[in-house]
Amino acid sequence: MRTALENSSDKLRFVGRGSDWRRLLSPTGNAGDAVFRGLMLSAALLVVAIGASMIFALTSDSMLSIRHFGFAFLTSREWNPIKGEFGALPFIYGTVVSSLIALLISVPLSLGIAIFLVEQAPYYVARPIGFLVELLAAIPSVVYGLWGIFVLAPFLRVYVEPRLARWLGWTPFFRGSFTGIGLLTGGIILAIMVTPIISAVVRDVLAAVPSSQREAALALGATKWETTRVVLVNGAPGIAGAVILGLGRALGETMAVTMVIGNRPQISASLFEPSYTIASAIANEFTEATQDLYLSALVELGLILFLVTFVVNGIARVLVWNVTRKTGGVARAA
Amino acid sequence: MTNFGKSDQIRRTTSAVMTSLTALCTFVAVGILVIILSYIARQGIASLSFRFLVDSPRPVGEGGGIGNAILGSVVLLTLSSAFGLPVGIAVGVYLSELGKGHFAAVVRFIADTLTGIPSIVTGVFVYTILVLPMKHFSALAGGVALALIMVPIVARTTEEMLKLVPHSLREGALALGAPQWRVTLGVIIPAGASGIATGAMLAIARVSGETAPLLFTAFGSRFFNYYLDQPIASLTVQIYYYALSPYDEWHAQAWAATLVLMTLILGINIVVRFLTRKRF
Repeated sequence: MRTALENSSDKLRFVGRGSDWRRLLSPTGNAGDAVFRGLMLSAALLVVAIGASMIFALTSDSMLSIRHFGFAFLTSREWNPIKGEFGALPFIYGTVVSSLIALLISVPLSLGIAIFLVEQAPYYVARPIGFLVELLAAIPSVVYGLWGIFVLAPFLRVYVEPRLARWLGWTPFFRGSFTGIGLLTGGIILAIMVTPIISAVVRDVLAAVPSSQREAALALGATKWETTRVVLVNGAPGIAGAVILGLGRALGETMAVTMVIGNRPQISASLFEPSYTIASAIANEFTEATQDLYLSALVELGLILFLVTFVVNGIARVLVWNVTRKTGGVARAA
Repeated sequence: MTNFGKSDQIRRTTSAVMTSLTALCTFVAVGILVIILSYIARQGIASLSFRFLVDSPRPVGEGGGIGNAILGSVVLLTLSSAFGLPVGIAVGVYLSELGKGHFAAVVRFIADTLTGIPSIVTGVFVYTILVLPMKHFSALAGGVALALIMVPIVARTTEEMLKLVPHSLREGALALGAPQWRVTLGVIIPAGASGIATGAMLAIARVSGETAPLLFTAFGSRFFNYYLDQPIASLTVQIYYYALSPYDEWHAQAWAATLVLMTLILGINIVVRFLTRKRF
């Protein structure tokens, strides 16, 4: 008497014989499964290939510039396409400073929004308001730029910059003429753009903190705010991840910044002065680059941006995953 | 209420102050949204007309419109959806239904980090692999650049949506003797179809606002273009050039074009929100 198990394993062996390609692609050995799995797998491989070929194409096209300038590319302050001198330091400075201004403004704002929506507001308030905050992320970069040029820049020029100069003019950061176009405006536009991203991830992180933590704090007599602090401590790594994710977005943001930052490759302590970021340099000069070395230098800027954002995003994902995965939450970050 | 002393009052006051501060933060963010949207609506309606929507650009002082840019955006979105959606959905199906272990984790990680790569870098990449070999800007290159942005977004949302499909459905179909491909195509994907569709729509909304990757792929054009190997206009690039121009008339046209673009994007977002209101 043969058992059902032996029968089925016989059948499996029969299907497997002479059909190795099916077995190779699918454990069931079914031809349809093999084709299906093959197709889906090749799509997944394509994603890996896109990532790999991005690194390869950007590296090989910037080889000319890398060989020519070496490490000095990152430390030279001279960007003069006519003389054939390319140094990325002014762009790196502009990118880092505008992103830091953005984080300085948007981190407290995003934390406040997330805390309000998760810890304080009732469900029927949190849902529509949360949707409105997320809509800020749906506005295209070029629209923020348009608004920045015609609304934010004049506003800053007339109302904000003169006051900053009067109160904080003794620091080196708020000096010079009031144009409304410069690092400060770029930073503020970036802050508005990354706020919905950071607050969305922080919301997920806070929602993933077990409610037993809140109940325990409340049971010990903690006030609302003290309970929130307990929750914040629990979600700290995820919040750090959210901030880094926002940083990654700010570093690579192109259009809005290009339109309001002034696009002048200089390093100046004053936030009123025009500046230039890596992304806006590529956007402005790519189609003008006629010599090979110029083009190669711009591609190298792209490579730098790619590598920095890749690392920054990688760190952020790991931090956010570790917090939200435990409770099965899903990071909605786009 | 019993008075527990001074320190207790400080604690209560701190709590009240901080609570109102978080509400203030939210109010500021929503306020900015309202200010931006209302400004776009006010400025945009002023110079919106039927002629503006169908005409192509003209020299300053002669009016002109954004008809070619609207058509160009439609062509670019169609191209990018044709390339990006099938691949993205397939990757999502792979991650949710088939991929296990390290390789799937690697694909997921790469997809997630690709989502964070600045879109201008995608533009540079497509320039080096398509525009340089073809020797000129083209609608095709623009479509590919947008598709590259769509793939990781669609892949991850598809994966998340398919993971919401109950396991009992898979087990039931498999127990009836269906092979895995029939289970996936006939049961799992239909069950998650609305979720996949909303993910796809959000990806389309996202890329329809992209400008940076189009600057040196699709490039832009002042004429109606029907050929995929030629430069093509798009709403976003048109807004960019009009915004930076020194002419008031073009500034007004930039606002009107923005109103058209925002209507499309907000429309998609609100429809998606309406469709998914039960799930989240």
